[in-house]
Amino acid sequence: MSYPENLKYTKEHEWVLVENGNARVGITSYAQDQLGDVVFVELPEVGTELKAGAMFATVESVKAVSDVYAPVSGTIVEVNEALNDSPELVNEDPYNDGWMIVIELSDPSELDNLMDSKAYQKMVEEGGE
Amino acid sequence: MRSPEPLIFEISKPGRRAYSLPELDVPARDVAELLPESEIRREPAGLPEVSEIDLVRHFTRLSQLNHGVDIGFYPLGSCTMKYNPKVNEDAANLPGFNNIHPYVPDELAQGALQLMYELQSYLAEIAGMDYVSLQPAAGAHGELAGILIIRAYHRARNDMKRTKILIPDSAHGTNPASAALGGFTVVEVPSDERGGVDVEALEAAMDETVAGLMLTNPNTLGLFDENIQRIEKIVHSKGGLLYYDGANANAILGTSRPGDMGFDVLHFNLHKTFGTPHGGGGPGSGPVAVKSFLEPFLPVPTVVLEDGKYRLSYDRPQTIGRMKSFYGNFLVMVKAYAYIRSLGPDGLREASRDAVLNANYILRRIAGYYDVPYDRHCKHEFVISPGKIKKETGVRTLDISKRLLDYGVHPPTNYFPLIVDEALMIEPTETESKETLDYFADALIAIAKEAYEDPEAVKSAPHTTVVGRLDEAGAARNLNIRWEKPE
Amino acid sequence: MNFLPNTDKDREEMLKVIGVGSVEELFSDIPSDLRLKGDLNIPPGLSELELAKHMQELASKNAAQDYVNFIGAGSYDHYIPSVVRHVLGRSEFYTAYTPYQPEISQAVLQSIYEYQTMICELTGMDAANASMYDGASAAAESVTIAAGMARRKRALVSSTVHPETRAVIRTYADAHDIRVEEIDYKDGITDTGCLAGKLGDDVACVVIQQPNFFGALEPVDEISAKVKGAGATFIVSVNPMTLGLLRPPAEYGADIVVGEGQVFGNPMAFGGPYLGIMAVNKKFLRRMPGRLVGMTTDNQGKRGFVLTLQTREQHIRRERATSNICSNQALNALAAVVYLSWAGKEGIRQIGEQCVQKAAYLADRISRIDGYSIAWQAPFFNEFAVKCPVDAGQVVESLLEKNILAGYPLGRCCPGLEQYLLIAVTEKRTRQEMDALVAGLEGLA
Repeated sequence: MSYPENLKYTKEHEWVLVENGNARVGITSYAQDQLGDVVFVELPEVGTELKAGAMFATVESVKAVSDVYAPVSGTIVEVNEALNDSPELVNEDPYNDGWMIVIELSDPSELDNLMDSKAYQKMVEEGGE
Repeated sequence: MRSPEPLIFEISKPGRRAYSLPELDVPARDVAELLPESEIRREPAGLPEVSEIDLVRHFTRLSQLNHGVDIGFYPLGSCTMKYNPKVNEDAANLPGFNNIHPYVPDELAQGALQLMYELQSYLAEIAGMDYVSLQPAAGAHGELAGILIIRAYHRARNDMKRTKILIPDSAHGTNPASAALGGFTVVEVPSDERGGVDVEALEAAMDETVAGLMLTNPNTLGLFDENIQRIEKIVHSKGGLLYYDGANANAILGTSRPGDMGFDVLHFNLHKTFGTPHGGGGPGSGPVAVKSFLEPFLPVPTVVLEDGKYRLSYDRPQTIGRMKSFYGNFLVMVKAYAYIRSLGPDGLREASRDAVLNANYILRRIAGYYDVPYDRHCKHEFVISPGKIKKETGVRTLDISKRLLDYGVHPPTNYFPLIVDEALMIEPTETESKETLDYFADALIAIAKEAYEDPEAVKSAPHTTVVGRLDEAGAARNLNIRWEKPE
Repeated sequence: MNFLPNTDKDREEMLKVIGVGSVEELFSDIPSDLRLKGDLNIPPGLSELELAKHMQELASKNAAQDYVNFIGAGSYDHYIPSVVRHVLGRSEFYTAYTPYQPEISQAVLQSIYEYQTMICELTGMDAANASMYDGASAAAESVTIAAGMARRKRALVSSTVHPETRAVIRTYADAHDIRVEEIDYKDGITDTGCLAGKLGDDVACVVIQQPNFFGALEPVDEISAKVKGAGATFIVSVNPMTLGLLRPPAEYGADIVVGEGQVFGNPMAFGGPYLGIMAVNKKFLRRMPGRLVGMTTDNQGKRGFVLTLQTREQHIRRERATSNICSNQALNALAAVVYLSWAGKEGIRQIGEQCVQKAAYLADRISRIDGYSIAWQAPFFNEFAVKCPVDAGQVVESLLEKNILAGYPLGRCCPGLEQYLLIAVTEKRTRQEMDALVAGLEGLA
């Protein structure tokens, strides 16, 4: 299990990469491992407004469905269209090619509410949520 | 070793045929004269072209790739895969039941209507309820009917604030889905450490916005809820109704009745409890039964007896309406009726008692080898978990199930109920002999040992089936849900 | 009679292993005041011989089996070839449960895959599910899917859709506060002017039936254009037997096709079990309720079949599932696969043609009887409405004496049509039987 140090994390196992005032969002390696083989990702449309904590995508494995929640508020400016044809990217490369959306932050201070990699790793190793 | 069977399309050859039709005995006219040209199909539908022997061999060989109750043990929890008596099949194949159009005048279908009328009354008696509608086509369909009846009851009293249905976390998936399809919000109630409803949590959740509680009793852990009388008071005292999911009714036939427990509405699964076969997924039949105060809301029509004549009655102004066309899955009713008539009151009770005896016997035989999360006497089924085995060998429920295939046994229900990690849910039914139960218990014990001695053999099972473990993720990622003729 | 293999000695041994003295003890968790004191009040059990005799007696009280049947209205008296019953009689098929363990369920899975393919071929749609309860519930569930997806709360249903299908749609729609409005009919078909007047951007879907309940062919292109113009989902309920000859609904823009598959090898059986057909275009694939079988490979690369996209279903998605359907009508779908394999590419067209030819013959004969006329001008397939000189219910009643079930009196469901009789013809009806019906009608004119 890996926990890249340049990312921030949520209790629901999303990761955030801050770049140029935007937040790139995906699910963690731990989350994809719990789900098993991902077979479908239902993504929102560019332009959708999100509030922190709102559900924005669902990830389906063969026998489970899981919601993905927005770690921060803002407007979706990009979605990873590659997941439509290759949902397995979420399993194979959750922190890079398996990203889901990019959010233009409306309140950068919300980033302070997220965990750093050490705190997230501790949470997972103590039994997750 | 059996080999896979080609698709019917792959054995098709232009010009072959199985059908024959009589010569047209009326003056032939040009079809283009009878139907508008724009509406006529230009390309024929791509159906196969096979001779009768191709057809018969295809489906016969195909059938040999399937497991069924007639082949071997089928302890699939919550599905009650009991033996289906052959005389019932013969009864359902009688021309007098098959060759009647649903819209014939009532006087020409008196046998069918009598059978339905009597089945309504037997089911009411077995359930301890007052009125029955046979219309729902399956258990989930009966659940939806029941939920709509609950909705209609509250609305008729102008009680519009009841928007929630309470459902225990051990419930079948159909319960929350039916409640949602019926327009309600689902609130989950946790289970207590004995496996029953957490009564305090229920009390906290129960208020004037709750329309009712859906409960399976015995529940999906195979445990009878000892607090049923308290649960009944909590729900009724706040104006809610009690819905009984009859999926597990085989455990209590002739011993206890949902109506006496205080339930207001229920469904039975005729294809589980009353011995009608499951047909590879259906048809089933899910009659709904209610206490008399809910009778005005039942689906129409029902069968009534007046002046010695049976007839369909539509006279029910407050009905929830129709659940399906016509009157329900009639031929399934024929089999269930025959089943109840052959067993009678003693037979039903004895069947239920042996179902419970068989389940407890297997449980005791394997208890030392698997985790038993709720170690009580069970009813018709029970749940175990290979928790310790998984931790120590990596062998999971799925692997154990697949290994059972090599013993010629259908595996138990896997990964359900959700409240038990790595659940294996076992329901032997009453129609299995002690020898079969011993064979199965021995197999489970052997697999538990094998998990330690040769875990790979378990993890790579099955080894003897026509196909090995199939790539389900691949099937979902690269959907192929219909055959296309190769270019 | 019971079907219990255990002997008393077996039971004793088992009780010993369990560690209880009696079976009664296993029920001690049921409060004693909830345990029945006496027997259930149902008749005593019967031996197999007695039961077989009793069932035969009940069956023989259904006099309708000996009548010549011209009733259709959603259930049709087609010939069922012997191969259907022989294949369905294989207990490997009928004593199996839902194919949750694919390694030992390839028969059920592969036959469903074949079924899905045949339904796609007939309808022209992208995907078909493994079956719904019947045509009516399939129509009702398609309305809730369309409304859920579009987040619109009005559904328009033509009044030429089967009245029981309309009733089931209302039952399902009501729970979701979807307002169902009916489109009037004119000259036996959907009034497209009325449709245009009701369409709007709050309409989720429009449901029509082809051929419609009166047997008439609807102007599907015109209706389709109007529905698409309003951005609504176009739901078409078909009699699938007509699709050997008629154009597939995908060609005229259907988004969801539903239908009653009883016609393919399933007996009329007093209304069930039948076969709900549902097929959709790609857009609705992941919203389609019910089971779906997909082709895949095993760990050796061998071809095999599995249930797929199960995350749509209630056992995984629970209250967020698109539907609550679990048990379906798998054995009826198997009957359809066997029937369609028997009929094949050529037979399905010829059966359709015979129905059309015979219906045309009968309509022509009836139209020549004084006092009777064919109700509407619209072309029809194998079913048509006749205006009688007297109440159609009386006509049916009178012809019973000649052992003829003359049809379905439309006054039963449609106010104002008391004199109209709906007559269906299948390939089974002979010229002699039709001439007897004509003679009977003549006698009443």
